[in-house]
Amino acid sequence: MGAPLLEVRNLRVEFPTRRGTLCAVDDLSFEIAPGEMLGVVGESGAGKSLTGMAIIGLIERPGRIVAGEIRLEGERIDNLPAEAMRRIRGKRIGAIFQDPLTSLNPLFTIGEQLVETIATHLRLGRDAARRNALGLLAEVGIPAPELRIDQYPHQFSGGMRQRVVIALALAGRPQLIIADEPTTALDVSIQAQIITLLKRLAAEHDTAVMLITHDMGVIAETADRVAVLYAGRLAEIGPVREVIHAPRHPYTRGLMSSIPKLGEEHERLTQIDGAMPRLNAIPPGCAYNPRCPERFERCSRERPSPLPAGGNFAACWLYDR
Amino acid sequence: MTDSAGTNLLQVEHAGRDFDVSRPWLNRVIEGVPRRSLRAVDGISFSIRKGETLGLVGESGCGKSTVARMIVGLHPPSRGRIVFDGADLADPASAPLRRRMQMIFQDPYASLNPRWRVSAIVAEPIVSQGLAADRAALPARVAGLLTQVGLSPEDGDKFPHEFSGGQRQRISIARALSSNPEFLVCDEPTSALDVSVQAQILNLMKDLQDRLGLTYLFISHNLAVVAHIATRVGVMYLGRLVEINDAKQLFEQPRHPYTRMLIDAIPDLQMSGKARIPVAGEVPNPLAPPAGCAFNPRCPHADERCRSELPALLALASGGAAACHAVVEGRLAN
Repeated sequence: MGAPLLEVRNLRVEFPTRRGTLCAVDDLSFEIAPGEMLGVVGESGAGKSLTGMAIIGLIERPGRIVAGEIRLEGERIDNLPAEAMRRIRGKRIGAIFQDPLTSLNPLFTIGEQLVETIATHLRLGRDAARRNALGLLAEVGIPAPELRIDQYPHQFSGGMRQRVVIALALAGRPQLIIADEPTTALDVSIQAQIITLLKRLAAEHDTAVMLITHDMGVIAETADRVAVLYAGRLAEIGPVREVIHAPRHPYTRGLMSSIPKLGEEHERLTQIDGAMPRLNAIPPGCAYNPRCPERFERCSRERPSPLPAGGNFAACWLYDR
Repeated sequence: MTDSAGTNLLQVEHAGRDFDVSRPWLNRVIEGVPRRSLRAVDGISFSIRKGETLGLVGESGCGKSTVARMIVGLHPPSRGRIVFDGADLADPASAPLRRRMQMIFQDPYASLNPRWRVSAIVAEPIVSQGLAADRAALPARVAGLLTQVGLSPEDGDKFPHEFSGGQRQRISIARALSSNPEFLVCDEPTSALDVSVQAQILNLMKDLQDRLGLTYLFISHNLAVVAHIATRVGVMYLGRLVEINDAKQLFEQPRHPYTRMLIDAIPDLQMSGKARIPVAGEVPNPLAPPAGCAFNPRCPHADERCRSELPALLALASGGAAACHAVVEGRLAN
């Protein structure tokens, strides 16, 4: 693998509150190669969306990055002034969010929103931008783009709106797209269409994607590598096949076996007892240790860093022997 | 429909429900537009046997939640009838029967009153249905219910915001069980939960069913969850039941093209590398459903008959029932 497109090193995001500081992302490091699809999974509150927001510089106050760095093609982007970051966002890093209705402005037609994005980032005239927009709409599979381009978001169905959002994300020809739960608000049949579309377009445009989702099935179908987050920390990272078929971290193992699967009959599902700790009550040592069936004395004392485990890296003392 | 074994606890007979979606009166008068009604559920018939779990699946807007609400009486049916343990629920004399059913909702953040302590929430059905002969026995009963769903009796003194989503759903279940119901209508009870917590709730629901002999109507859009928990499964599309069968049969040998499509659309966790057939199109607008079979615009097997004639839900020789001309005519290879 050559130089990474995106490097996240020891990222730490904190939220000061009246009752002390909450650490929502804690010492997180990973890389994304050019054209790679990295899946980021975890349960709600694991810090996956926040990591995506940190990369595009949109962490809501009072949250802030307190340590670590984010590099795009070797250049630091986590400490850029707002104006410089605004030029990167949309141009070099695109974003797709969960709810397509809130990502689109209801007062402007799809065409106006696309043309503005394209004209801003690609420095094209209105006519050229409009031709470009029509091409993008056709590319994301919107039937009759000449007709649809002058319609408003409410005239589109959920699946079609998400296609428009994908077109918007691609408009600046970014090197990286942060896709935060892009299919969660959609029905299964539409979800399959959108995943297929995203995967095809990312390959055609040679765009890297950071796909944030809680759905392991979506990851299995699309990602090259997977990062599993737990309580704001990296639990495991590795090639998708390894993580799904041979998970090393006890949390990933528990997570994988708690998913009901078609064609497998069990009277009971394997369950992980308890719940992910709240951010104000993360246990010392490994954050997973109170729920872990394989914990030993060291786990509640020392926090593990990601260690080589098979083809993966797992933050677990089991692999330090 | 075939009722081979067991007695039916609940029967839904040709039930339908319309919603009035007309513009306001003044607009109708000025603009001369007529009233419009949306047919959310139409001509649905199925039965649930004692002690079984009937799963109901379908995409958003297919009417599965409306069916749940018709059964518990939140939306009375516009047509047809619902029979519970031999009595028509529309009959005022059947009101006491309603105590024997309860509902669990999807969102445990919205379904619990944030100003009430958990003990009051759990005790509410007992109090409101006048089931407590002795007020002094109430705290012990609440403690027992909380223990039954895997919480501790001391949790009764807390407020809902002190609990995680999974624990809140346990509170909802404890509340539903407090009036000793036989039948629980569960509308997407695990859809708002993370997978590891979902597994806990599904296991809890199975344990409670074994222990208390409960009957469930389990509604979900997640086929894998339904395959895990249900004994029989019905598939809905645009307000109608398109297929119903034993869970194992339905998932191993789906007959209706829509069921096949739904199963095919599930992301492949095994990574077998099978090529999935992308499903074209979207669910049509229920205000203007297509003529004939509602699925025909998306169906690869649709022909002239499918575009003009509504298929009836017919029992199949292989068990179960499907509403599809192609299946009945034998046009579909297995």
